[in-house]
Amino acid sequence: MIQEKRSKRGALLGLAASILVLVLVIVLENTLAPTSQLFVVLKKGAVYSLVAVSMNLVNGFTGLFSLGQAGFMLLGAYTYAILTVPVSAKDTVYYLFGGSAVKFSLPDLFGGVDTPTGLILGVLLAIILGGCVAAFFAWLIGLPVLRLKSDYLAIATLGFAEIIRAIFQWQALGPITNGANMITQIPTFNNFNITDESGKVVFRLSAFFPMLIMIICVALIVMLINSSYGRAFKAIREDEIAAEAMGINLAKHKMLSFVISSFFSGVGGALFAMFANNAQAKVYTSTMTYEILLIVVIGGIGSISGSVLSTFLYVACSEWWLRGLDMGSFLGIKLGLFRNGFRMVVFSVVIMIVVLFFRQGIMGNKEITDLLKPRKKTKEVAK
Amino acid sequence: MLKIDELKVSYGGIEAVKGISLEVPERKIVTLIGANGAGKSTTLRTIAGLAKPAHGRIHLQGEDITGLSPDRIVSKGITLVPEGRHVFPDLTVVENLKIGAYLRRDNINDDLNWVYELFPRLKERSWQAAGTLSGGEQQMLAVGRALMSRPKIIMMDEPSLGLAPIVVKGIFDIIKEINHQGVTVLLIEQNANMALRIADVAYVLETGKLTLSGSGRELLNNEQVKKAYLG
Repeated sequence: MIQEKRSKRGALLGLAASILVLVLVIVLENTLAPTSQLFVVLKKGAVYSLVAVSMNLVNGFTGLFSLGQAGFMLLGAYTYAILTVPVSAKDTVYYLFGGSAVKFSLPDLFGGVDTPTGLILGVLLAIILGGCVAAFFAWLIGLPVLRLKSDYLAIATLGFAEIIRAIFQWQALGPITNGANMITQIPTFNNFNITDESGKVVFRLSAFFPMLIMIICVALIVMLINSSYGRAFKAIREDEIAAEAMGINLAKHKMLSFVISSFFSGVGGALFAMFANNAQAKVYTSTMTYEILLIVVIGGIGSISGSVLSTFLYVACSEWWLRGLDMGSFLGIKLGLFRNGFRMVVFSVVIMIVVLFFRQGIMGNKEITDLLKPRKKTKEVAK
Repeated sequence: MLKIDELKVSYGGIEAVKGISLEVPERKIVTLIGANGAGKSTTLRTIAGLAKPAHGRIHLQGEDITGLSPDRIVSKGITLVPEGRHVFPDLTVVENLKIGAYLRRDNINDDLNWVYELFPRLKERSWQAAGTLSGGEQQMLAVGRALMSRPKIIMMDEPSLGLAPIVVKGIFDIIKEINHQGVTVLLIEQNANMALRIADVAYVLETGKLTLSGSGRELLNNEQVKKAYLG
């Protein structure tokens, strides 16, 4: 069928582009100075784009207005951090609580963070478990709240995220969550750099790792969306009555979408903990959810490539390109006005302009692969 | 084939269907006619599992299907074409059709071709977003989508609603054709004239109760029906 051919071509294009990007990341990482702001953008962009795509799955493709993203990220981040603090570091990290109640550490089970197997297996397992914990909580709160529609669902999920954040800061849970203090000493992206005996970095992979995980996860989500389940999600978004009449079980599919989205948010949270070098509850505020919502809206609700594209543009603007506005000199212009906070003023204006000129977001509900062959498409219709 | 006994359905405290019993014989076209608010749509929605009956039983080929969930009922072979078409506007025609076959795990290409044969217009437009189709084409799509589930019984809720007379005629020709190919049809219509012309069996529904029944031709010549519904 024509459609299958088309999606196969899209998949091949996506695969080729992903490999190209990954190779490029490795090359850049090993040639440019590691202090370049570019790598912060790549790492944070990878984490945020995964969360943005997962949010798009539930908000853009299934039509459920959920604002629980930060909460699910928090669950992923804490699960990751709790399970990966090396046993030898537990007493210093949890010094206020006299050590941790979790007596083991996943990387240590496989030989410690300093060995490749310990690092890769331990970290990957902890990331996946982070996703699973987030998915489990999504299922739990999905039972009551997915009956709600639009704004009401948004409020309920937002409330959930706030409650989770408060619970994780609760002192009584200190031996597990370290209370209001952050959990540190966890394996980060930098652990993936290959070092020689003296500890000197010989080959950098610290930006490659999050990019790889992000690309794998996004590919999984794209496959889901192109499957019959994805069609069912879109059917629910378009018209619940018709979807139900066509035999789509609304409750089941909404739950499925919500749980899967939360799983990937949890994975994104675990990666965020790696990016930030720690897990602390006060970071995962509703502001974070709004930031991601903004990215999704700017990218185009219902466009995966739009979400990824807009994440990197957004992160690059906020972390890199507009930095000069805070530092006193931007594009060679020096002004007294350019001081702390001015960056955000300009950034907000830029976002407003983007939203005014791209009412549907940068990509609307199209994908990059659709744009590459617009003429072909009309020809196929004519056949 | 489909047998309904003493069905009662309430809607927000109002009893919309007050105990109706009817039978849909296999391979026939059965029509329910009646004024607005007579309980026609509610009856169909209840059969489809979208509304729960307060009383009464529904049997499909001897099997009790009362109160099953809508997806179970679709998989048993009853599909509803909802009133007002309800196509998925941002999805393409093909995607719409594929969603119709959602519960099936077997090969759907033959059925896709079958639907395209019935509605050549849909084939021409298969890559268009369904929302860009005309009203008549959307109705064709809604019917085609329902046929993709390979139903034993297709139920249609006011397929002529809001369509030009020439388009309505086309839709009714298609209904006859579908029936000819072996699908049982349960049709509800306000356009009583057209519906009775193609119906093998017809029922008149008034404020939740069946008042008349007979063959389509009989009712077409019935004085009472002429006065109330044919004008």
